[in-house]
Amino acid sequence: MAYQNIFTRVQVHGGPDLGMPQKPAFTVLGQRGSQTFDWHILGRFGDAQVGPFYLGWTGVLSLILGIFAFNIMGMNMLAQVNYDPVQFIRQLFWLSLDPPRPEYGLSFPPLNDGGWYMIAGFCLTASILLFWLRMYRRAIALGMGTHIAWAFAAAIWLYLVLGFFRPLAMGSWSEAVPFGIFPHLDWTTAFSLRYGNLFYNPFHALSIVFLYGSALLFAMHAGTILAVSRYGGEREIEQITDRGTASERAALFWRWTMGFNGTMESVHRWAWWFAVLTPITGGIGILLTGTVVDNWYLWAVKHGVAAQYPLVFPPVADPALAPGR
Amino acid sequence: MAMLSFEKKYRVRGGTLVGGDMFDFWVGPFYVGFFGVTTMFFSVVGTLLIVWGAALGPTWNLWQISIAPPDLKYGLAMAPLAEGGLWQLITICAIGAFVSWALREVEICRKLGMGYHVPVAFGFAILAYVTLVVIRPVLLGAWGHGFPYGIWSHLDWVSNVGYQYLHFHYNPAHMLAVTFFFTTCLALALHASLVLSATNPGGGQTVKTPEHENTFFRDTIGYSIGTLGVHRLGLLLALNAVFWSAVCIVISGPFWTRGWPEWWNWWLDLPFWR
Repeated sequence: MAYQNIFTRVQVHGGPDLGMPQKPAFTVLGQRGSQTFDWHILGRFGDAQVGPFYLGWTGVLSLILGIFAFNIMGMNMLAQVNYDPVQFIRQLFWLSLDPPRPEYGLSFPPLNDGGWYMIAGFCLTASILLFWLRMYRRAIALGMGTHIAWAFAAAIWLYLVLGFFRPLAMGSWSEAVPFGIFPHLDWTTAFSLRYGNLFYNPFHALSIVFLYGSALLFAMHAGTILAVSRYGGEREIEQITDRGTASERAALFWRWTMGFNGTMESVHRWAWWFAVLTPITGGIGILLTGTVVDNWYLWAVKHGVAAQYPLVFPPVADPALAPGR
Repeated sequence: MAMLSFEKKYRVRGGTLVGGDMFDFWVGPFYVGFFGVTTMFFSVVGTLLIVWGAALGPTWNLWQISIAPPDLKYGLAMAPLAEGGLWQLITICAIGAFVSWALREVEICRKLGMGYHVPVAFGFAILAYVTLVVIRPVLLGAWGHGFPYGIWSHLDWVSNVGYQYLHFHYNPAHMLAVTFFFTTCLALALHASLVLSATNPGGGQTVKTPEHENTFFRDTIGYSIGTLGVHRLGLLLALNAVFWSAVCIVISGPFWTRGWPEWWNWWLDLPFWR
């Protein structure tokens, strides 16, 4: 079988690439570092060079707030096991920093009753928003488009729907997702069951389509580029501005296979929209749940999408409607 | 002729695996080949069987049409057509069509002097499908463990099978699969964005270079994997998502019959801290 591009066999190490020039900075923070090192094992797979790193004030603040959030979560979990480091590791996946209970509504709860959760959530959100600003400003500084920042914004939308917009619409911070490995999975399942199975939520369906579509597209695109890498196909910017035989073969592969092909540029637009629509549609689906639609299965039956299943068990009173709640 | 401006010089003979020159031709933009013929055969027969199954069923509502696998009582035997036999034949047609399609891709790769990455990647998707409708049902001893072919019915199947194991999110292979799916989506967004941002820098500015791309990611996260590496990474992530999805379902039933949350007890019960 002919050569298949899987790993890099020969690595060439010249001097470090210290990055494209930028405008002189006013402070030390605004200067790009000059520390780099080559890591052989990385070079087998991708680029061997690690660094240089740019900190900047958004980077510093984002890092500090992120560390705050991480430590508040960790210290709360540590407190739950009486500061026993062994039990902390043992129970780590089960430990949780929970949002306030429903009776606090949208008010600020006592620290040990969800207050720490609110502070951790605030720090995490601020950290993420500052990181968004960092991505945006770095793109501008290098004279590039801001596509990464806007794709990142789509992910932030889903994050804010889960932890901010939907709790706000439901009138209680208790609706937010707990911080914890298994607890956030429990939240997800409980959420789906409470609202009549999220599989019947059309936006959930769309989000999954785009998620699986992203995996499909990336496999198709990455596979194609690797398959034409012997013609320099991975030099995509060159192929976009000056089409070469790599682009032509890649296009014809799909044209002959499925009767349709993208171009070296358009495949990245398909990819961008599929990836970005995953959290956008997902966020819409979450925001509508409990606020507009109470039971997605009944919703689907009402709209003639799902079949009405036969009643095999006697009706059960909805515990959410029971008195004394 | 539906040909691109540069297409004619690439339309050369050869590269076929089976049939020599016999099916070595194009129809419109499509390459045919021996496996194009078998793809057509299996997909037409399979589709007609689905339509037949729908005609036997209670509804023409597109969302609710469902071709169910045989009842568990038939085990691994053939079932009567109206009681799951159609599902069995459709499954054979689907596998035939998918494998034919992959081999047709191989022929096209050979014709264009390309590597086999795409058909190999497609092979992972076929493996996942075969795991769901052949390997797991065989391990469990009945075709009835396959999933029904219908838009909502297959979702119901996923939901029901998931709750049979109490809480499927605790399945460690499912955790890996979901993580790989999300990471693939993230990496795809980053890669696509980076290429678009270098080639579409905004009005009046010149197109940027791979050195700008490297600088952006070294600046922001300290490492840029590079133009070649990102495609290796993308393929690896996507294939892992598919692979671990197949693993997570094939271990549910054949190798673990309790609730998945319970599986984690081995960690809590390690002698070190028990």
